[in-house]
Amino acid sequence: MAQMTMIQAITDALRTELKNDENVLVFGEDVGVNGGVFRATEGLQKEFGEDRVFDTPLAESGIGGLAVGLSLQGYRSVPEIQFFGFVFEVMDSIAGQLARMRFRTGGAFNAPVTIRSPFGGGVHTPEMHADSLELLMTSTPGVKVVIPSTPYDAKGLLISAIRDNDPVIYLEHMKLYRSFRGEVPEEEYTIPLGKADVKREGSDLTIIAYGAMVHESLKAAEELEKEGHSVEVIDLRTVQPLDIETIIASVEKTSRAMVVQEAQKQAGIAANVVAEITERAILSLEAPVLRVTAPDTVFPFSQAETVWLPSSKDIVETAKKVLTF
Amino acid sequence: MAANKQAQLDPMKTLHEIEDKFEMFQILNEDGEIVNEQANPNLSNEELVELMSRMVYTRILDQRSISLNRQGRLGFYAPTAGQEASQLASQYALEKEDFILPGYRDVPQIVWHGLPLWQAFLFSRGHFMGNQIPEGVNVFPPQIIIGAQFIQAAGVALGMQKRGKKAITITYTGDGGSSQGDFYEGINFAGAFRVPAVFIVQNNQYAISTPRELQTSAKTIAQKGIAAGIPSVLVDGMDPLAVYAVTKDARERAINGEGPTLIETMCYRYGPHTMAGDDPTRYRTSETDSEWEKKDPLVRFRKYLETKGIWSEEKEAEVIEKAKEEIKEAVKKADAAPKQKVTDLINIMYEENPYNLDEQLAYYTEKESK
Repeated sequence: MAQMTMIQAITDALRTELKNDENVLVFGEDVGVNGGVFRATEGLQKEFGEDRVFDTPLAESGIGGLAVGLSLQGYRSVPEIQFFGFVFEVMDSIAGQLARMRFRTGGAFNAPVTIRSPFGGGVHTPEMHADSLELLMTSTPGVKVVIPSTPYDAKGLLISAIRDNDPVIYLEHMKLYRSFRGEVPEEEYTIPLGKADVKREGSDLTIIAYGAMVHESLKAAEELEKEGHSVEVIDLRTVQPLDIETIIASVEKTSRAMVVQEAQKQAGIAANVVAEITERAILSLEAPVLRVTAPDTVFPFSQAETVWLPSSKDIVETAKKVLTF
Repeated sequence: MAANKQAQLDPMKTLHEIEDKFEMFQILNEDGEIVNEQANPNLSNEELVELMSRMVYTRILDQRSISLNRQGRLGFYAPTAGQEASQLASQYALEKEDFILPGYRDVPQIVWHGLPLWQAFLFSRGHFMGNQIPEGVNVFPPQIIIGAQFIQAAGVALGMQKRGKKAITITYTGDGGSSQGDFYEGINFAGAFRVPAVFIVQNNQYAISTPRELQTSAKTIAQKGIAAGIPSVLVDGMDPLAVYAVTKDARERAINGEGPTLIETMCYRYGPHTMAGDDPTRYRTSETDSEWEKKDPLVRFRKYLETKGIWSEEKEAEVIEKAKEEIKEAVKKADAAPKQKVTDLINIMYEENPYNLDEQLAYYTEKESK
């Protein structure tokens, strides 16, 4: 099986769907000749032509609006927002228009659009590039939000997202783009949206995470194992809708849980997961469900990034509180 | 070495030269006389009567909608009187396969393009069936976020171009809408991709209460298209023949692969912004109102058609009668629509409900069955 980085897996998924479905279009700022600033669309314009893979003027709202309009002509758009920190510019197209297309028209129209965008800290970007703004999307009824953590998942989830008949926000953690390789089948395969993955089984504690924090959580689980704690790690993969079944089954098994997110603590996906666990499994719990998150400041200037971002150390520390409660 | 001397730079001169180019295009003047025979689109008598009938019909529809609203039987309504030429003559220049993205005041265009009137009433009443566009009717529901339709129109038109369709996309906003970022992004994208789109700014002089002069320092809105590199026209929006001619012309160019056009239609809305409490006497004088009423599109078109001997009081009464009858029927049909339920709304969120909506569906099914 091929070894790929996450960015290669993403390109592979795009290529697969461009080949499979002539209605798939890939566009955005610098995605053509340049192959995207992270090279996610490397070689695709050359392979599929300027009609299918094309550069747009520099305007995120325009890119979103283009996707809305192209849906009305039966296209399946996969636009790239160059950095998710720029999402504010395209919020109306996403939350006001794409998310409501099926609803507003009583199903007469739908928006099979997958918006891809890099996000996440740890790579010392300039300001307003790296924010974890997934919460803005998960609080928007009408879209699904997918965040892969491995090359294998990245390909399978992206293919599913593109084939989905509703809008999907597909967020790619920048630190994971090239930090490691993983096995990725060359043939096509899908991973269903809304399904979490138990990355590691355990019986004493459930750690629920997504994106780059999956890897920090796995590191923490190894540390904790050395001290005799058996830790289960769940990768949400899709943060909207959540895979409630997998989460609750795990919590009922371990009786202790915590949630890890790279984003700030206030509101947040972690808060939502905690609420769901509380509503559905409180009698199984031996300890409060704690959260490991970034502090509630604006995303830091890059010099403070390493302290600001949650790490495996923070996770171990909080895990011990949950385990010894 | 001698310096290469250039003439003194005069940016003001450049600006004024561009602005002065935008004279208002007119064919039929306020008195119903053809003042620009060369540009006359030469519609057949039948077509002229049809266009006049649509304008009369729509004026009646406006009056009935306002009165239904006052009786609490309509809901959201943005009056259209005064804008009939701008709205209907531009739509009349389209073909069925052309696609319309309207603003919320542009319900008449989508009705004349095929949306059943009873559905338009349901849109006003806040029922999702109002926006369930029937198969084969090439319109999008009225846009509420002012300007958003401009970028979406660029997208629809790009899709048409890619599909190789011989059709265009047309979209409408107002003078206020032309201040939105999406307005600029829309015309700029459309120009950059050279797509078959027509962008209409119905300059009815007020964005709710804010007068046109406060929207921009640009002398015309039409000139904004020049910056996007697309042909742009300023037209008398109370003159149905002029609006028809420029739209038809823009459509031809679009079909021929010559890209988009921006059209500013100079017009006026006689009524309030919407029926939700706007009071135009707070920001307009009755003198201004009557000045514009003298330019009324129906009055001048009636005169023109009567002079040609193809319109009469009897004909107009006939159209009014027909309009009233059809409006009554449409209201009846809207009344008969099933009551809107939360469970219906849950089921139109996604192709397949996620767990949270499934649970909420069960809850509301129970609640609504009581």
